[in-house]
Amino acid sequence: MININEVIETNEMIEKENLDVRTITLGISLLDCIDSNVDKLCDNIYNKICTVAKDLVKTGEDISHEYGIPIVNKRISVTPIAMIGSAACKTTDDYVKIAKTLDKAATEVGVNLLGGYSALVSKGMTPSDELLIRSIPEALKQTNRVCSSVNVGSTKTGIDMDAVRLMGHIVKETAIVTNECDFPGCAKLVVFCNAPDDNPFMAGAFHGVTEKDLVINVGVSGPGVVKTALEKVRGESFEVLCETIKKTAFKVTRVGQLVAKEASKRLNVPFGIVDLSLAPTPAIGDSVADILCEIGLEYAGAPGTTAALALLNDQVKKGGVMASSYVGGLSGAFIPVSEDQGMIDAVNANALSLEKLEAMTCVCSVGLDMIAIPGDTKETTIAGIIADEMAIGMINQKTTAVRLMPAIGKTVGDVVKMGGLFGDAPVMPVNPYSCDAFVNRQGRIPAPIHSFKN
Amino acid sequence: MNKTIITVVGKDTVGIIAKVCTYLADNNINILDISQTIVQDYFNMMMIVDANKSEKMLATIQSELKAIGEEIGVIIKCQQEDIFNSMHRI
Repeated sequence: MININEVIETNEMIEKENLDVRTITLGISLLDCIDSNVDKLCDNIYNKICTVAKDLVKTGEDISHEYGIPIVNKRISVTPIAMIGSAACKTTDDYVKIAKTLDKAATEVGVNLLGGYSALVSKGMTPSDELLIRSIPEALKQTNRVCSSVNVGSTKTGIDMDAVRLMGHIVKETAIVTNECDFPGCAKLVVFCNAPDDNPFMAGAFHGVTEKDLVINVGVSGPGVVKTALEKVRGESFEVLCETIKKTAFKVTRVGQLVAKEASKRLNVPFGIVDLSLAPTPAIGDSVADILCEIGLEYAGAPGTTAALALLNDQVKKGGVMASSYVGGLSGAFIPVSEDQGMIDAVNANALSLEKLEAMTCVCSVGLDMIAIPGDTKETTIAGIIADEMAIGMINQKTTAVRLMPAIGKTVGDVVKMGGLFGDAPVMPVNPYSCDAFVNRQGRIPAPIHSFKN
Repeated sequence: MNKTIITVVGKDTVGIIAKVCTYLADNNINILDISQTIVQDYFNMMMIVDANKSEKMLATIQSELKAIGEEIGVIIKCQQEDIFNSMHRI
């Protein structure tokens, strides 16, 4: 039988160390909504989401109360809209209409974000894909809850550099058109390489075409729990350090597995995966950078950071995979800047640069995340940064992503204030030298040699 | 059988257990196990109970126990046992 110390340990994790289930994400296939008439299509989408997701938020809250574990977000991911809209959408405005429908449905069922305003163009863009991509700035301007992602490369296909170049433009354009909004549109726009079909985390979630009609995916978190556990083993060997992280990751993931199973049962929707990521928030003590400091660095970004992060990421996976039968999504340590107070401190102390972050993304999930860059950064430079990150993903057979926020009218030293889960982003310097001639080449980067495994 | 874990945390005072037990008895909730300890000067009590025969929903029991806790200056939480089993048992 459970003993009092175990109960106290669990409740301290929840109350003092910010243990929570970060998200229950309901994946919804919209393939059966397709119609060649855009209004009919929008009706179908709205009706399907509002029908299948009507109990999502309430179920999440019920589970949260019964087990005493916060479930921070209830969210929805849908089939990439570039596929759903291809028969109906003739203009970017048609796509924006779908985005507004998604926003309305998300508001109706009470989820805070909905992902899947997406296109998968790792080898090339259809005219419909390109229309959707071109509609992203306006779609993000006119909606509050819709998240967008574009997959521009994979280990199997190489990198579609035409899409990368276009995304350089779209990221900049999104920053410009949403500059007056309360919230930067770029925080809801991710560029991926090797995007997973079952990621529950925003802004990159979408419901892949390999998935069932409906599926429940759960993302757990708990950087604070890992940090607190490591405080007790200061000065100990790597073996002890790794064991501690593994055990903690196991416990955290088990909570996610329980919540996922329970949500699946109550909603009568199949359970998909648990994503065992360490996802920080701006709350004090809920930081991945703080774990790196606890491992032994003065600041995240100091020499040794990549090694410490590699160790952390690997132990989290090792502990987590035993705790859940189905692990998926991104599963690793996230290193967003604005969402992690320790990262912000590191940037402000000049300990952490864009280049060091890029190195860190080689050994963890996911990529250059929630980073504000000067507003006058050229589109080609943004495309160059995206291409670098995609190349890391392609060659290393892992998911990588870029979520950059050009801060219009701001420069290094300024801060982009967003608040809430997204935090505040200090504007970081970008290498000033040009990559125009590289980015402006047409076509794609071929698939790497290790993709030929057939 | 779903078991429920009740935890009481706060400053030690006369009659905490009596208050909680009276409420449980009144609502047909059976106590299976009680243990208590002092952690960093705070009184910690845990009860494993069977609330299946109670007519009240768990949510009601949770809020009524919370209110009793507020009366006597302690925090009373009520959680399904599964979360602890998941975390601490393979």
